Amino acid sequence: MIRSEILKEIAPILKDQLIVCNIGIPSQELHAIMDQPSNFYMLGTMGLASSIGLGVALAQDKTVISIDGDGSVLTNLGTLPTIGNNMPKNYILMIIDNGSYGSTGDQPTYTGRKTDLAAMARAAGCDNVVEVQDVDTGKALQEAIDAQVGTVMVVKCDSGNAKMPVITMDPVIIKDRFMKAIEA
Amino acid sequence: MNLDKKITDDLVANDISFVTTVPCKQLAGVIEEIDQHPDIFHIPSNKEDEGMGLCAGAWMGGKRPMIIMQNTAIGVTINTLATLTQYYRMPLPMLISYRGELREPVACQVEMAVHTKALLAQMNIPTYHFHNQSDVEELDMILKYTFMCNKPVAILTDANFWGGYGDQ
Repeated sequence: MIRSEILKEIAPILKDQLIVCNIGIPSQELHAIMDQPSNFYMLGTMGLASSIGLGVALAQDKTVISIDGDGSVLTNLGTLPTIGNNMPKNYILMIIDNGSYGSTGDQPTYTGRKTDLAAMARAAGCDNVVEVQDVDTGKALQEAIDAQVGTVMVVKCDSGNAKMPVITMDPVIIKDRFMKAIEA
Repeated sequence: MNLDKKITDDLVANDISFVTTVPCKQLAGVIEEIDQHPDIFHIPSNKEDEGMGLCAGAWMGGKRPMIIMQNTAIGVTINTLATLTQYYRMPLPMLISYRGELREPVACQVEMAVHTKALLAQMNIPTYHFHNQSDVEELDMILKYTFMCNKPVAILTDANFWGGYGDQ
């Protein structure tokens, strides 16, 4: 499965959840598959989805799911120790690990070679790390939501992108409706 | 005047309850004060752009955030300031140790000091420079201004403000 197929499959689970979604094609895919006010789309700033999601989770009690990628986690590796040492119960970092920089033309990342993100997350202090295959994503995500223990998921899947339109929504609108969804 | 306590009291009075830090020798005292204050959640960052991501999330989650860092971080965070903090229009007070100014003992620090105000000006970031201890009296107003206008705002604090480096 490629990322967009996973997102389509887990869309019913993501409904009404607070989502912080990675820059580029991941946000475009999520926006096209299931736009909702509780989706925060990153339009810039590669690498910070995991940090933004952690900040939201630490500031309030609702469950927060960051949908991140292997390339973006690699560009902000300092995020793993920060998450490992401050993990709130209501945070799920779901790393879609397709071994490539999808938004820039599927250039390979090091996770497709020797680098193991799940092992890195564990070494960084994350207590609940699960690595799953694409077809098992929905089951693992639902378990993580139900467990409320703070979970890092590494979802291994194929490289590839769906062709979706660019998000043209104003960033202030994205932020405003996300904040209202948190308050609701 | 105990600057560390005065600064921390101003943060608390302005309901700032989520503070991320990347350390600097000049900021050690205020970081310690913040870390021990029961009304502030202190989360150290490994890099300043990561810290700005945490602050963006905390703001959307309902907390007033702040970042404390060195001026060298301006070189690290230009993209984050432009495409996250400014693009989504979020407030972010930045208490910045202004290394490389008067009474600085380390020559290399001057190399980023000479770019600091130019970069902040290029980014249209409101910038205040604390050089004398009495300048701290403006901090309360600067914090209120930051959360009024929803922008990143820089507070540069140099070695003279902090009282120099002792015997150096």
